[in-house]
Amino acid sequence: MTAPVKQIINNNTFWLSPQRCIFWEEEKTLILSDLHFGKTGHFRKNGIPVPQQINIEDLQRLFDQIIFFIPERVIVVGDLFHSHNNDELNLFIKWRNDFPTIPFILVKGNHDILLAEWYEKAGINTYEGIYNLSNVDFCHDPTEKLLTENVNFIFSGHLHPGVRISGKGKQHLQFPCFHITEKMLILPAFSKFSGLSFAKKNKQIKIFAIINQSIVLIK
Amino acid sequence: MILQRTKGYKIVMLWLSKKKFQPFNFQKETWQHIINKESGLVNAPTGCGKTFSIFLGALIQFINENPDDYTTKKNIGLQLIWITPLRALAKDIGRAMEEVIVDLGIQWRVGIRNGDTSTSDRQKQKRNAPEVLIITPESLHLILAQKNYPELFKALSIIAVDEWHELLGSKRGVQVELALSRIVNCKKSMVDSPLTIEHRINRVKPICIWGISATIGNLLEAKQVLLSPIKREGIIIKAQIDKSIQIESILPDEIEKYPWSGHLGIRMAEKIIPIIEQSKTTLIFINTRGMSETWYQTLLSIAPQLAGTIALHHGSIDPELRLWVEEALHTEKLKAVVCTSSLDLGVDFRPVDTVIQVGSPKGVARFLQRAGRSGHRRGETSKIYFLPTHSLELLEVAALKQAIKENSLESKDPLQLCFDVLLQFLSTLAISDGFISDTLFLEIKSTYCFADITKEEWQEIILHLTIGGKTLEQYDEYKKIAVEDGVYRITNRRMAMRHRMHIGTIVSDALMKVKFLSGGYIGVIEEWFISRLVPGDVFTLAGRNLELVMLKEMTVMVRKSSSKKSIVPSWMGGRMSLSSNLGKVLRETFNKALVDESDIEIKSLQGLFLLQKCLSHIPRDNELLIEHIEDKNGYHVLVYPFEGRQVHEAMSAILAYRIGKILPITFSISMNDYGFELLSDQPIPIDDSNVSEMFSAENLLIDIQKSMNNSEMAKRRFRDIAVIGGLLFQGMPGEKKKAHHLQSSASLLFKVFEEYDSKNILLRQAYQEVFTQQMDEVRLRIALDRISKSKIVITFPTQLTPLSFPIIVDGLNRNNHSSEKLEDRVRKMQLQLEG
Repeated sequence: MTAPVKQIINNNTFWLSPQRCIFWEEEKTLILSDLHFGKTGHFRKNGIPVPQQINIEDLQRLFDQIIFFIPERVIVVGDLFHSHNNDELNLFIKWRNDFPTIPFILVKGNHDILLAEWYEKAGINTYEGIYNLSNVDFCHDPTEKLLTENVNFIFSGHLHPGVRISGKGKQHLQFPCFHITEKMLILPAFSKFSGLSFAKKNKQIKIFAIINQSIVLIK
Repeated sequence: MILQRTKGYKIVMLWLSKKKFQPFNFQKETWQHIINKESGLVNAPTGCGKTFSIFLGALIQFINENPDDYTTKKNIGLQLIWITPLRALAKDIGRAMEEVIVDLGIQWRVGIRNGDTSTSDRQKQKRNAPEVLIITPESLHLILAQKNYPELFKALSIIAVDEWHELLGSKRGVQVELALSRIVNCKKSMVDSPLTIEHRINRVKPICIWGISATIGNLLEAKQVLLSPIKREGIIIKAQIDKSIQIESILPDEIEKYPWSGHLGIRMAEKIIPIIEQSKTTLIFINTRGMSETWYQTLLSIAPQLAGTIALHHGSIDPELRLWVEEALHTEKLKAVVCTSSLDLGVDFRPVDTVIQVGSPKGVARFLQRAGRSGHRRGETSKIYFLPTHSLELLEVAALKQAIKENSLESKDPLQLCFDVLLQFLSTLAISDGFISDTLFLEIKSTYCFADITKEEWQEIILHLTIGGKTLEQYDEYKKIAVEDGVYRITNRRMAMRHRMHIGTIVSDALMKVKFLSGGYIGVIEEWFISRLVPGDVFTLAGRNLELVMLKEMTVMVRKSSSKKSIVPSWMGGRMSLSSNLGKVLRETFNKALVDESDIEIKSLQGLFLLQKCLSHIPRDNELLIEHIEDKNGYHVLVYPFEGRQVHEAMSAILAYRIGKILPITFSISMNDYGFELLSDQPIPIDDSNVSEMFSAENLLIDIQKSMNNSEMAKRRFRDIAVIGGLLFQGMPGEKKKAHHLQSSASLLFKVFEEYDSKNILLRQAYQEVFTQQMDEVRLRIALDRISKSKIVITFPTQLTPLSFPIIVDGLNRNNHSSEKLEDRVRKMQLQLEG
């Protein structure tokens, strides 16, 4: 893995990690989105044999990132889990118990449909809509209205942003990426079992693509 | 039994003479074999009574067996299954059958079973089976998904497979093979069980299988595949009917020296208006669904008087609308229909007297079949007009004429080891009566498709379905098929329901329904196409301009648009490849360029050939032409093997790989049926010193495998496989929310399997399919052998040549291939973007 890339937002330092997450230095906070834990389990339970390994590796990557940044809290901007409860989530609980002291904050996304008791049992504090920390807002899928009215900078997810790069000789390649505008940062999906969506490029958007193990600013 | 002495024959002959029909010899021959309880294949073109060859045979047999009470016997159970690839055929065949039955006073009923059959009709068919069932392969599998399905087959004596040449070589053909093997074997086990007298009576009634096929290059093999489950040699009956065919090219006013595919055709649309007006009914065959939309729109705008009498017919249009078009064709309400291969099959549309083929038909057999769409009556000439979409296609017409003269027709190669279809089939059996692994294994092995399946592969398939992988995992709740007392079953009702919905989906891609916001269904469209659009974009479907509003589950919500600009979807399925037969004749036709201009088509291309000769070279059939061209886009190498798009795809990937071994270089690759292009931003090192190595058949296997690693081909194949193999769901009514969480895309699954389960059986199949079908290793080897015996001519034209132009423009079909490191490549691209 190559080093994370530094970004200054609101006079704070954010490190974009090629492992599809962000570390907020001042607040010692790890920010992630769209982990979709239990997705492979959900598929398998319904007779679609996707390899379970992908779920396990996603968990391991999260573990590695926590070891690396040693955050004091973890904020997930939605879609921490994919669907209803299944056995794979027991693995998550088991893993969660290894870090009982780190608070987990989940700003609920459209996939987070587990029961309130479950989150409680897993030691996850859930929030609907917007969560705020030192003048920064966290929101799964901000509406157009919110974006124009809100004064704070917003971290969000939901879109699984990706970027297509084309060059001479009609070559096309696509990668997950961070989208940064003046008012908002959209995180890539943390889960590797997720697709990409592509927005029209414009000058206001800074795009950091994750290419293999490094972060590359796309101009 | 001598046919002519039987009662059934006499009765049928009497009926025929009343109708003033004279049976063909091949029909009588077939009847004789049917009453002898033989199986076989009838080789007859559309429109000369192939249906009657088998159906009347079945009636003769029935009358012979029940000479005294054949008019009173009722409710005797299913006698004849008639498998047809297209729903559209069912109605017409049914009508023809019913007419005979009524006239003869037989108490048979004809049932139709396909995706359009209502639930209540299906229930009726289940309770009280009709004597004749006309059915599609998918619907036949749906019957195998019903509890107690073997009951249905207990009186069955004949299974007819219509249009077998269309099914052979496709996965639906494999579906037919599997269904046949199941029906034959469940009947056998019924006979073996000493339970009832009824069953023992059936012992004397073995099932006969009859295929009907148009002429293809490998009729013998076609018969073998069909009869494999009953282990019979069988008979081939050939209808000796010569139909004369007249081909007329519609020549452009001016032959463009730089042909641009797809571009010329539509400009000549005006030229076909008089043809349409002078004919009773015209079919206009267009190669792709996208182009057919464009043609329909264009014809309407240049000849508004045709509005209301011209229709559009292709595979993505609402089936109801399609049925209406077919109905209107019969009743002579339509002047013209713009269609794709969706109207290739089918009973004859009698009023059709003119056929226009737009663009290359890609193969001799297909062209003949389409030509045969006009002038059905005995002695009539079939007339087909050919309208080129680029000027070089005129050369193909000259080649087609030659090929027809030599009667050189393509083969349809049967598929082997389609694990995706097998997985689907096993799930089908698991939701009805279940299956026993060892017994079914032998049964599966009796089909041609799975004759070579190993015990290990079978084991893997079973594990895939029972534990979702090769080993049991922790924290796993994989559920699909469970074993109880040795019987494999799916007991979960929702899963069973989902699978039933899924059986019909042997399609080219995940399809999304297109609906108006206000309600109203328009048709279906491939997911990958829609995924490239954003709300507000306008696209064309079923002849209408539609604005994308939003995506909701698996439905595309649209509203009507008055926008002039719209995107015409290009459907992936539409790209057929030139057959090797046609390729060969085409190469030979080049020998005539500027030499023998007796063909009007070759003569009209004189200007183009002169330019090609002046800039580069005209390849003869014993030569391979390679052109090096440098322009502002980079360095092009163009190679012209004339082997068809498919072989070029493989050959170009191998060439790219072999050049990549000399130095790190990135290519983008384009191709058409005539040749292919490697384009790079640096000079491509291929010259007289290394060219024969580059095209050597040595190490072909290894190089194919290596060159495939970086390629998109397997991913594209996987799309099909994932749908058929049950990895992708389209969602179902009443379960939308849940199914939503099960949505993924084939490309994502492909990526996941590549990374985490590279030995997965379906992933392996994707690569295998690339290898055998896409790469077509056998054909590739033959092509390379031919090239090694050819003279290689390398030229350095100063500008694009007529031959190169369509390939360079037709960059749609591209493949990335790189031996450079990913990061290097992106940096390079970025530098270019900045510069």
